[in-house]
Amino acid sequence: MLRLIPRVENSTAMVLLSPVLALTLTALSAYLIFIFVLVDIPVSSVFFTLFVEPLIDSYYLSELLVKAAPLMIIGLGLSIGFRAGIWNIGAEGQYVIGGIAGSAVGLYFYDVEAVWLLPLMTIAGILGGMFYAGIAAFLRVKYQVNEILVTLMLTYVAVLFLSAMLQGPLRNPSGFNFPESRIFHDSAMLPIIWEGTRLHIGLIVAIILSLVAWFGIKKHMFGMQIKISGSAPRAAKFAGFDDNKTVWYSLLISGGLAGLAGLFEAAGPAGQLTPGLPAFYGFTAIIVAFLARLHPVGVLFSALLIALSYVGGENVQIEYNLPSSITQIFQGMLLFYFLACDILIKYKVVFFKTKN
Amino acid sequence: MSNRSLSSVLKLSILSVVLAFTSNVYAEPVKAAFVYIGPTGDHGWTFAHDQGAKYVKEMMGDDVIITTVESVEENSDSERVITSLARKNDIIFTTSFGYMNPTVKVAARYPDVKFEHATGYMRPTDNISTYSARFYEGRHVIGKIAGRMTETNVIGYIASFPIPEVIRGINSAYLAAKSVNPDVEIKIVWVYSWYDPGKEADAANALIAQGADILMQHTDSTAPMTVAEEKGVYAFGQASDMREWGKNAQLTGIIDDWGPYYLERVQAVKDGTWTSTDVFHGVDSGMVKFAKLNNSMPFEVRNEASSAIIDLSMGKIHPFTGPINKQDGSPWLAEGETPPNYPDLLTMDFYVEGIDAKYPN
Repeated sequence: MLRLIPRVENSTAMVLLSPVLALTLTALSAYLIFIFVLVDIPVSSVFFTLFVEPLIDSYYLSELLVKAAPLMIIGLGLSIGFRAGIWNIGAEGQYVIGGIAGSAVGLYFYDVEAVWLLPLMTIAGILGGMFYAGIAAFLRVKYQVNEILVTLMLTYVAVLFLSAMLQGPLRNPSGFNFPESRIFHDSAMLPIIWEGTRLHIGLIVAIILSLVAWFGIKKHMFGMQIKISGSAPRAAKFAGFDDNKTVWYSLLISGGLAGLAGLFEAAGPAGQLTPGLPAFYGFTAIIVAFLARLHPVGVLFSALLIALSYVGGENVQIEYNLPSSITQIFQGMLLFYFLACDILIKYKVVFFKTKN
Repeated sequence: MSNRSLSSVLKLSILSVVLAFTSNVYAEPVKAAFVYIGPTGDHGWTFAHDQGAKYVKEMMGDDVIITTVESVEENSDSERVITSLARKNDIIFTTSFGYMNPTVKVAARYPDVKFEHATGYMRPTDNISTYSARFYEGRHVIGKIAGRMTETNVIGYIASFPIPEVIRGINSAYLAAKSVNPDVEIKIVWVYSWYDPGKEADAANALIAQGADILMQHTDSTAPMTVAEEKGVYAFGQASDMREWGKNAQLTGIIDDWGPYYLERVQAVKDGTWTSTDVFHGVDSGMVKFAKLNNSMPFEVRNEASSAIIDLSMGKIHPFTGPINKQDGSPWLAEGETPPNYPDLLTMDFYVEGIDAKYPN
C-alpha cells in the first residue's frame, strides 16, 4: 500500500521549481487532451490563442489585468487569513456586500459630482465587507461557531440580498423595472490608468496592498502571530497570543479586501450594480491564494495566471468554437498539479507491504 | 470534338473561374456572432437561439460565417466577449437581457458593426436593434390547458428573475387558467437563475410537495420536465420541445423560433439594408410556436388549445383583455380594454388580482 511520510528536509530547489513543474505538467496534460479532442484544428494554434495571444495583444492584455485585479485583492486578504488557519470561504459574500454598500453610497449621491464621492464609496465598500466577515468572527469568538460554515452560508444570503436591493431601493427608476441600478456618473467611477481600455486604478491598489502585506507579515508582530497561530496553535497560546484577536483580524482583513474588490468591480468595469456582480471572484480567489502558497506577492502572479486562463479560454471558444468548460478544466488541472507537487516536496511516497 | 466547341468549353471554364474569383472578392461572407447566457445544450432558451443560428447557416451556406459563445455571465465579462466579437464580426446577437449595457457600450465604440439585443429596450446608437417575442401569448395557451388538466387546482410555477417578461408570463398563464377554472391557484418559486438544473429540480419538487400537479417554468433547463415525468405530473416545454425528457409529462411546449428573424437580419447586413428596429413578435409571425399537443389530453382540451392558438395567430384575442384588476384590487384594464406595449406590458411589475403570492420585492 501507499503511504506519505514527511521528509526530514525540504529541498529548496524543489520549492522553487515546483510551480514551473506544475505549469509544465498542466500544459502537457492540456496538450494531450487537445490532441484527442481536436480533429481538424492544429493544437499549436489553440495553445497560442490560449496562452500567448492574451499577453501580446494590447486589448486582451488590458482585459487580463482587469480580470486579475479583483482576484489579486481578494486573494491577498484570503492568504493572510488562511495563514492563520482562519478559513474564510465566503469572500464572495463579503465581495457582494461591499459592492452593495459602496454602490448604495454612489447611488445616494447620484446627482453629485465631487472628488470625495469615490473615496467615500470605497470606505463604504471596505466597511461593508468587514461587517459581513465580522458576523462570522463574532460567532466564532463568542459561540465557537465554525467560520467555514458561516461565511459560506452568508454568501447565499448576500446574493439574495443583492437581488432584493435591485428589486427595491437600488433599482433604476427609469429602467423598465428590470433589476439593475442606474449607471454611475463619472465621479463615482474608478479612474482609468490605460487610455482606451477598462483597466482601472484597482490594479495599482492591488500591487501596493500586496507589498504592504508582505512587509507587514515580515516585520510586524501580527505577521508572526498569524503565522504561528496557523502552524502551531498551541505554541501561539503559550506565547500569549490572543486567539480571538487572530480570528477578528483575519476575518476583518479578508472581508474588508473582498468588499473593496466588490466595490471596485461595480464602480470599475461594470459601471453599475447588477445581479451579475458576484462573478465567482470570491471562490476563484481561494484557488489564487493557494496557487501563491499564501504568499502576498505571489498572489499577484497566481491571479494573473488564473485571469489568463479566463481570457485565453474565452478566446479559444470564440476562435475555435470549443466549449467554455476548457477554462475550468485548465484551472482544475493547474490547482491539482500545484497541490500535488507541493505535497511531494513535504512528503515522500513509500510503498508498504501489508502483512495479513 | 471540333475546334469550335473546344473553344466554347474553354471560354466557359475561363468564365466560371473568373466568376468564382469575383464572387469571392465582391461578396465576402457575412460574419455573424451569437452570445449565449447558458450552454447550447440547455435544451431551453440558449438551445432555441442556437437553433436559430444553425438555421441561418443552413439557409445562407457559404455566405455566412457564424461564431457562437456560450455560458457568458451577465457581468463585466460579457463586455469583453462582445468587444472581442465586435473586432471580427459584422453583426452580433446578444441573447439575454443582462447584456444590455455592455452591448450599448460596445456598440458606441464600433459604429460599423450591427448589434441585436434580445429582450432589451435601449437603442441609443443607430447600430443597435432590440427584439423579443410575445411569450405571454404562449403562456395564455398553456394556461388554458393547465386550468383544464389540473385535478388539485394548483399550478406550480418555476420563475427565474422578477423582470417584466417573467411577470407577464405568470399573469397571462394565471388569467387563462382562471378563465376556464375559477378555483385554480398558482404557486410560484423564484430560483434567481436562468439556468441551474439543481435549483430548478428542487423548486419542481417543492411545488409538487405543495400540491401542484402541473408545472410551468420560466427557466432554461429540462430539469423540471424530468422531475415531472418521474413524479407523474404534467409540465410544459420551455423555449424548445422537451418531449424527450417528459414523454408523458409534456402536454405541449412554447417554442421560440428565432431562425427566420435571424436570417432576415443577417441577410439585411449582406444586402446593406440593415436598419435599427424594435421587434416584438408573437404567434402571428411564427416567432412563438407550440410543441405537439399531447394526445393523452381529452379531445375538448386539445380543441380549445388549438382554437386559442388559431385566434392568437389571427390576432383575434389578446391574453390581457379587461376587465382585469391588479392584485391589490385596483383597476388595471376596463371591460374589453387591452394594454399598450409601453408602459403596461414592457414594465409590468405587479400581479393580477387572484394570485395569492407576495410580489417579490
